[in-house]
Amino acid sequence: MRSSSLARAVRLGVSSLLLHKLRSFLTTLGVLFGVASVIAMLAVGEGASAEAQDQIRRLGSRNVILRSVKPPQVGDEDAEMRVLSYGLTRDDFERISETFPGVERAVPVLQTPAEVRSGELLCRPRVLCTPHLFQAVTRRDLFSGRFLTEQDEANRSLVCVLGYEVARYLHPFDTALGERVKVGEHYLEVVGVLNSRIPVGSVAVDPSSEAGGEVFVPLSTGRAYFGERQTQVRSGSMDIQEVQLHEIIVGAERDIDVPAVAAACRSMLKREHDEKDYEVIVPLELLARAEETKRIFNIVLGSIAGISLLVGGIGIMNVMLATVTERTREIGIRRALGAKRKHIVTQFLVETMVLSGAGGVVGVGVGLLIPWIVERTAELETIVEPAAPILAFGISVLVGIVFGLYPAWRAANMDPVEALRHE
Amino acid sequence: MSGPTAESARPEAGEGAALAEPVAELSDITRLYRMGEEEVRALDEFSFTFRQGEYWAIMGSSGSGKSTLLNILGCVDRPTVGSYRVRDQEVADLDDDELSTFRGAELGFIFQSYNLIPQLDVLENILMPVMYQDEIPDGIEDRALELAKRVGLGDRLHHRPMQLSGGQQQRVAIARSLINDPALILADEATGNLDSKTANEILELFDELHAEGKTILLVTHEAEVGRRAENILRLKDGNIDSVERGAGRVEASDAE
Repeated sequence: MRSSSLARAVRLGVSSLLLHKLRSFLTTLGVLFGVASVIAMLAVGEGASAEAQDQIRRLGSRNVILRSVKPPQVGDEDAEMRVLSYGLTRDDFERISETFPGVERAVPVLQTPAEVRSGELLCRPRVLCTPHLFQAVTRRDLFSGRFLTEQDEANRSLVCVLGYEVARYLHPFDTALGERVKVGEHYLEVVGVLNSRIPVGSVAVDPSSEAGGEVFVPLSTGRAYFGERQTQVRSGSMDIQEVQLHEIIVGAERDIDVPAVAAACRSMLKREHDEKDYEVIVPLELLARAEETKRIFNIVLGSIAGISLLVGGIGIMNVMLATVTERTREIGIRRALGAKRKHIVTQFLVETMVLSGAGGVVGVGVGLLIPWIVERTAELETIVEPAAPILAFGISVLVGIVFGLYPAWRAANMDPVEALRHE
Repeated sequence: MSGPTAESARPEAGEGAALAEPVAELSDITRLYRMGEEEVRALDEFSFTFRQGEYWAIMGSSGSGKSTLLNILGCVDRPTVGSYRVRDQEVADLDDDELSTFRGAELGFIFQSYNLIPQLDVLENILMPVMYQDEIPDGIEDRALELAKRVGLGDRLHHRPMQLSGGQQQRVAIARSLINDPALILADEATGNLDSKTANEILELFDELHAEGKTILLVTHEAEVGRRAENILRLKDGNIDSVERGAGRVEASDAE
């Protein structure tokens, strides 16, 4: 075969297909949508999981987070005053930070339910009492000023660092730095503002919400001024909770230490606590689970897209079988005039591949367009992996070959005598 | 009528059968078909030799075996028993691919319904048999152009078959059958779909080809068309009914 014979075959294939423009176009649509959906679905799925993974990573992939959890209610519900003592203890913290191998540092966090005011403005963010190490272990960025220091901790300084949302809420028009805000009953000086954890451009977050509002106070200051008892007045009864530490963030030295540290924390807490008044969060485990979820997600999306490609392929095969029957006579003529079986196979295979290839090319275009539109209208992050269009186009051509083989084989194996007699 | 001119231009091939080279030799050919339980002998121990430069009309009623004979001559069908040689090539020795190439190289086909490829233009249709050959000879496009001019379609090279009349389409088919300079031209009811005037033009073209020394086998059921050929071979029940050779036979009555 001459080198130009393939180009010739493609040209002839195209001219045959152009004899039935509408039919060819409709046949192509099946593959087009299949390819487009493969790309679009993978892009949206990839984007969603990237966002989820990003959130988990922000917790710190080297960290193990221990949290106090209020155990199920026990005792007299109607008592006027109850003191409920639970959660992580200072002893837990000591044990972890001093005896556990593989722990780089552990950061205790005490939370106090104080209101935060500045002038007329008031909000209820999470007030976290924590030493200066908090910033290092959580890798939070400063927006302005500085974070808490060792001196603050040693001096029980009356200072605080605001989360971006809180600073923005309390001081909408000027900087909060150097201003004093009232936390509970005490006035604290704002020495720094931390960057938001929410990506830029997202919807503004309520400073009173779990997700948004944060105020950081030195741990020693917190213990001295707010104490470890959190009092809540509820419909006539007083609910007092006593929690020594709300959270301990344990930073492992290396990534591979994380599982061991997590296991050690779990077994220690199990041994030391009668009740399960704590939880252990391992971002690395969450990440692994998120990745597993993503894998399943991809398989499901991929299968759906694959099915639509399959349907497209069946459509092509259907049309090609009809075409072969319709062109029986042409096949007979070509065979009589010297075409070998392989020439007939090539001819019909090329036609099928031109159909599916054209669908593939346009499908890649549409498939790239959909994520672009989704990103702009639905504010969903989408990621088009460079492999996705190549993969999708490759599959479309493969579909052409697979579903074209049988019709081509049928065409090539016709008896020339019968084919010539066909009307 | 161009009968007389064709007669006079014809090279001497008839009476002395041994004079010209054999082109197609069929010996003891039997072709069986199975129709359900029944076995049909379309050809029954048929033997005949067509020689270089002869112009034969093959005639017979339907069921006489002339279509089967044509299929075997055209190498699209194989005999159940017997030997068929074209220019010393035993056809039975060729496998399917070789046979395809052989058809394209050695045989020229002309059909009743022209059988051009609708998506190809005149020139491409003429080139068709060559395109499937393993080697495409140089200057073949020039030859195709020459043939198109020869059959009077020099000004319609890029027309599609749909844009041509029946007679013009048949001319394209004739040009196509000549492109590879075949050993044998097989015409199957070549004038069957044409009006008598156009049919006559086509037959004149055959006369010309015959005058040039081409070997032509024309299958027809029309006595009038058959009479234009140099010789007539009549079939009946899968074997030879009668053979009429040479000049003077034009007036001979049907021997059935």
